[in-house]
Amino acid sequence: MAIIIDENTNVLVMGITGRQASFHTKQMLAYGTKIVAGCTPGKGGVEVEGVPVYNSVREACENHRIDASVIFVPAPGTKDAAFENLEAGVPVVVIVTEGVPVYDEIQIVAYAKRKGAIVLGPNTFGIVSGGKCKIGIPPNQYFVEGNVGVVARSGTLTYEITGNLTANGLGQSTVVGMGGDRAVGLTFIDVLKMFEKDPQTKAVVLIGEIGGNNEEIAAEYIKEMTKPVVAFIAGKSAPPGKRMGHAGAIIERGKGTYKGKVEALTAAGAKVAPLPFDVPALVKEALGMK
Amino acid sequence: MKMFEYMGKELFAKYGLPVPKGRMVTNPEEAAKVAAEIGGPCVVKSQVLSGKRGKAGGIKFPNTPEEAKKAAEEVLGMTIQGLPVECVLVEEKLKIDKELYMSITIDGSAKQAVMIASAFGGMDIEEQPEEHIIKKHIDPELGMHPFFARDVVRRMGIPIRSPHGQEIVKIVQVLYKICVEKDAELVEINPLVFSDDRVIAADSKVTIDDDALFRMKDLPFVDDKTPEERAAKDLGLSFVGLDGDIAVMANGAGITMGTLDTLQAFGGTPANFLDCGGGTGREATAKALEILFGLNPKAVFVNIFGGITRCDDVANAVADVYKARGNKFPVPMVIRLIGTNQDAGRAILKEIGVEAYDFMEDGARRAIELSKA
Repeated sequence: MAIIIDENTNVLVMGITGRQASFHTKQMLAYGTKIVAGCTPGKGGVEVEGVPVYNSVREACENHRIDASVIFVPAPGTKDAAFENLEAGVPVVVIVTEGVPVYDEIQIVAYAKRKGAIVLGPNTFGIVSGGKCKIGIPPNQYFVEGNVGVVARSGTLTYEITGNLTANGLGQSTVVGMGGDRAVGLTFIDVLKMFEKDPQTKAVVLIGEIGGNNEEIAAEYIKEMTKPVVAFIAGKSAPPGKRMGHAGAIIERGKGTYKGKVEALTAAGAKVAPLPFDVPALVKEALGMK
Repeated sequence: MKMFEYMGKELFAKYGLPVPKGRMVTNPEEAAKVAAEIGGPCVVKSQVLSGKRGKAGGIKFPNTPEEAKKAAEEVLGMTIQGLPVECVLVEEKLKIDKELYMSITIDGSAKQAVMIASAFGGMDIEEQPEEHIIKKHIDPELGMHPFFARDVVRRMGIPIRSPHGQEIVKIVQVLYKICVEKDAELVEINPLVFSDDRVIAADSKVTIDDDALFRMKDLPFVDDKTPEERAAKDLGLSFVGLDGDIAVMANGAGITMGTLDTLQAFGGTPANFLDCGGGTGREATAKALEILFGLNPKAVFVNIFGGITRCDDVANAVADVYKARGNKFPVPMVIRLIGTNQDAGRAILKEIGVEAYDFMEDGARRAIELSKA
C-alpha cells in the first residue's frame, strides 16, 4: 500500500533539463522511480538520463500516462508550471521550488482543489514511499520500506529524523513533505487521514515547527486516530517575531509558539520528542517494540 | 519587505484611498514648510519600521509651523527601539469622531487571504475581545466583490447607506486590489478614522512579500534587515541574529531550528540562525561562513544533511575559507556532514585535517565543549 505514490506511479519531471532537475532525475531513477517523461518548453525532443523531453505537459500526456509531476522550475515560472500540470489533469503535483510568491501559491492551491488534485509544496523536499518510489530531492539511502508514516513541513529535518528511524530498523510506508511555505497544498490532517486508512502504516511521525496553527488543528484529529502519533516540533529556542527560514516559521502576536503546539499535541495523546534523535525510541514504544 | 508609513500612504493615495494631507520630510525647515501649507494643527510622526512610536515620544502635535520645526528637530535623530529616525511625516491633525481597524493578511491554514476588521480601532487588534473582531476569508477564485465589502460594513454596525458606509465599501475593495497587485502579505489601516463625513487612513502598515520583490520593480526599496541579514539575503540565504556564542549554519529551516534547539538543550547558546539550504553552491556557502566568523563566535557548528545541498559543495566551501585564511580557521570549527555526495565531501575535509561528525548530537556536544574552552 503506502499513500499518494507507489511502485506503479509514472512521473514527469518539469524543467528536467536544468542543473538541479537533471541531477535529481538521476537520483530518483536510481531509487527506482518510474520517470517516464520530462518537460522543458523549447527543449522537446532531447533525452535526459534516457527520459524523453517534451515541450508541453499536454504533449507528454498524449504519449504517457502521467500519475505525478515534480516541478523544478524557478520561482517566477512556478505558477505557470503548476497550472500547466493541473490543467492537463495530473493528479499529484510536487513543487520543489522555493521562494514562490504567496499569492501565486494561494492560486495554485485553489486551482488544485477545483481539479481534485494533490499538491505537495511549494518548498517541499517531495515524497517517498519507502523502497517503491521517490519524487523530489531527499538522499536515497535513508528511505527504506517499513510501517512508519512520516509527515513534515521541513525537508532536512525530515532526513535527519527518517535517517534516525532507518538506523533503528524502522522503515517507512510513506514520507510526505507538505512544504515549508505559508500556503501549501495539504494540511497535517489531510495526510494523517490517509495514514489512518493505509494498512501498511502502523504509526505516524509528525514533524512540525513553530508558526501557524497547523499542528494545533492536527491535534484535534489525532484524538480520533487509532494509530499512535509521535511528534517533534522544531523551534523551541526561536525568538518571537523572527522568521526562521521558512516563510511560515514565525511566532506572530503570541500565536504559533512551541509551547502551544506541544500542549495541544500532548493533550491529544501524541508523544512529543524533545529532540530529533529521541523520535525512534518513542516510535518503538508506541509500536510495542523493545 | 516592510514599508514606511509614508510609503504605505503614498501607495494608498495612488489607489485613490483617502489619506491625511501632508508629506514626508527629512529636515526641520521642510517640516515647517509643510505645516504652513496645511495651515493648522499638525502631526509630526517619526518614520521607523516599529510600532510603539507614540509611547517612545516619536509622535508630536504642533499647532504652528514654528512648533512643527521644533517637533521635527526633536524627533529627527531620535532612536526608537534601536532604529534611528531619519525622516518624519508631517500631516494635518484629524478631528477624530471614531476609530476603526481594517487589514488584509495571509491565513496559511486556510490558504487564503483574510480580511480582519473591527469597529473598535486605534489600539492593538490583539487586545480586542473576540466579539469585536470580524474575520472574513477571500476566496481567491471568486476574488473581491462589492457584496463582500457590504457584509464587512454591516458586521461593523455601520449603516450601508451612510457616507461612511459607502466609503468603506470602496476601501475594502481597494485594499484587496493592493494586496493582489502589489503582492502585499499585510495591508493594515489602524486607525481608519471617521472625521466628519470623511473616512481617512490615519496610519498605514504595508508588508510586501519578499518572494515577490522580483516583479515589484516600481516600489521603493526599504532595507529592513540588519547587515548580517542583508548579506545572507543577498546570497539567497536567511539569517537571524541571536545572543549566544556558537555560530550555526545548517541546510534547511527545520534542521537549523532543530540544531539550535539541540545546542540549547545541551547547555550551549546559539549566536544565530543561518539556513544555507536549497542547493546553495560552493561560493555562496564560503561567503556565508565569513558572515559567521564576523559574529566573533567562540565556535562554529556546521550541520549538513545533504539533499539538494551537496556535501562536496559544502566541503569545498570550508576548504576555500580555510585556505583563504592562511590554512587555518579563525575560531574552532565543528562539521557534521552526511547525505548527498558525502564521501566526496568528507575526502575534501580530510585533506585539510577536518574530521566530519556523523551525528548532529555529537557535533553539537563538541561545539559546546569548544565554546566553553
